[in-house]
Amino acid sequence: MSDTKVAIKDLYKIFGSNPSSMIDKVKNGISKSDLLENYGHVLGLDNVNIEVKKSQLQVIMGLSGSGKSTLIRHINRLIEPTSGSIVVDGEDILSMNQTELRNFRRSKASMVFQKFGLLPHRKIVENVSYGLTIQGINKKEAYERSNQWIESVGLNGFENHYPAQLSGGMQQRVGLARALATDADILLMDEAFSALDPLIRSDMQDVLLSLQEKLHKTIIFITHDLDEALKLGDNIAILRDGAVIQSGTAEDIILHPADDYVTDFIKDINKARVLKVSSVMTNENSIKGPEIQDTVIIEDALQTVSKSGSNGAIVVKNGKKIGTVSLTDMIMAIARSTKNTDSDTVYR
Amino acid sequence: MAHFFIREKKLSFFVEFPKMGRADLRDFKKGIDESFKDFTREYGEAIEHFFDPLLYFLVWLEKLFLNTPWPIIMVVIAVLVYFGSRSLKLTIGAVLAFLVIGYLDMWEDTMATLAIISVATIVCISVGIPIGILMARSNRAQTLITPILDVMQTIPSFVYLIPVVMLLGIGKVPGLLAVCIYAIPPIVRLTNLGIRLVDKDVMEASEAFGASYSQKLLGVQIPLALPNIFAGVNQTIMMALSMVVIASMIGVKGLGVPVLRAISNQYLALGVMNGLAIVVLAILFDRVSQKFGKRLQAHTESMK
Repeated sequence: MSDTKVAIKDLYKIFGSNPSSMIDKVKNGISKSDLLENYGHVLGLDNVNIEVKKSQLQVIMGLSGSGKSTLIRHINRLIEPTSGSIVVDGEDILSMNQTELRNFRRSKASMVFQKFGLLPHRKIVENVSYGLTIQGINKKEAYERSNQWIESVGLNGFENHYPAQLSGGMQQRVGLARALATDADILLMDEAFSALDPLIRSDMQDVLLSLQEKLHKTIIFITHDLDEALKLGDNIAILRDGAVIQSGTAEDIILHPADDYVTDFIKDINKARVLKVSSVMTNENSIKGPEIQDTVIIEDALQTVSKSGSNGAIVVKNGKKIGTVSLTDMIMAIARSTKNTDSDTVYR
Repeated sequence: MAHFFIREKKLSFFVEFPKMGRADLRDFKKGIDESFKDFTREYGEAIEHFFDPLLYFLVWLEKLFLNTPWPIIMVVIAVLVYFGSRSLKLTIGAVLAFLVIGYLDMWEDTMATLAIISVATIVCISVGIPIGILMARSNRAQTLITPILDVMQTIPSFVYLIPVVMLLGIGKVPGLLAVCIYAIPPIVRLTNLGIRLVDKDVMEASEAFGASYSQKLLGVQIPLALPNIFAGVNQTIMMALSMVVIASMIGVKGLGVPVLRAISNQYLALGVMNGLAIVVLAILFDRVSQKFGKRLQAHTESMK
């Protein structure tokens, strides 16, 4: 209880003319395609359980149609669930009436959208202060507070422009500033960077990470991009056909993919950039080499080791030796799995 | 062949449409007429009183336009046109047009027409926009109101003049009603359309930040629908202007009266002059409201 911020329990969402009549069939394990074919209902979310810890960046990733955008909209109840519970800070979101829900959206959870969702007829400063003016805060104070956020996302000087005058990346900075301006503890980001080109996307990811270092918000981040998920997420949940098929840290998912679907997902990932030396550490005492912190990623470790000319490195934590890594182990860890190498040779 | 069929009595069913008996039909029509007359006798006065404020307002506005010295009116028109359009060319054009209208002795009629058009537009906007909002909010309201609007736009104006005159007699208010019935559909339709076309993503964002219904309506939907709503206002004014001749048939003063006189007496010059005065008013209203509507969309322009 203590540090759980958002708890999603047994959440089901069925789309169709009479969803509640289908819930028993779904709970008895009818498949998504059977439900659609025989009953004309679409299974949106299938028994989702996620606990998000306070100040964590929880990534929910899945391909299009996996239900990730549906899921995030349940947290501020833009979509009503068919069954299940959502508890934020010990408070049940689903039992809130309209006024309570509105207050929750105003002060507890703010949202950043894939298509920005900026008000085209309002200037940037008015957009950023939108959440504040809705709360009834007077314009002068709202603008003052907004200007700080405009500065922190690096848009000073653009306060009096209209959204249409800004590039996509800049517009999403406005979206981010608008969400931050309400001082909500929870930030819901629905494919927030997916509409941006790769360079700008990477920029925005850095902006988000550096802001998070200062702000310690609880962030729920939706993406279809595994690289993005691995870069940002303290914890990652992979969604497929509305069900969570694996949940864990980036390393967990790479080292122990739950099934073929996840394995397939991670085959093109640059593992050297995700795995830390601690994950391939052994107690082989014969290995000599430079000392490396246990949290260093393999990509950096490989560089250090190969520069030193040794066959491995000594892993230290808090200044104490806790193990060793060999060059071969590190290379093996980041190499593609055998199965995929085979299929590659067939096609090449 | 044809002769053969007509001669054969048995085949008359194919030649003549089966119709209601003559006496039945007469009673049927009479029944409707009588019941409407009864309704008129019962409620006519009450309905007339209901529209009294409108009548007072119209009379007051007409007197204001007519009793104010013409140079002042001219200045007011010039100022309004300039602040509506921000175009010097249009302002000079408007002043010149009104000078010619006055010089050709059409000042009074033009002022009367201006008064009724203004009142009709105000009525249409204040009734039409709320109806449009209602239609945008509920699909049931939309399916209910759309056919009514279709009827209002297509039914010949003379047809609804009959019950209006039966109910309210001849005069300014029935004339105003006739104009409004004809002119209100575009503002209703375009308000509905404009609100329905507002970007779903923007609406969702507004919802996600906890906006109440009125905050969504006034802060997002109406401002973003404004270009469409303004096109509706523009159309409403145009349609109101096209009704002035018909309205003059039931006792509305203005440029329609001389046109009517010109038709019955074959006065070519009189008809053309007054007709052109109506055209001038229409063009002025149209250009000014369009320019104003365009200025409302300043935000869509990209960086200069």
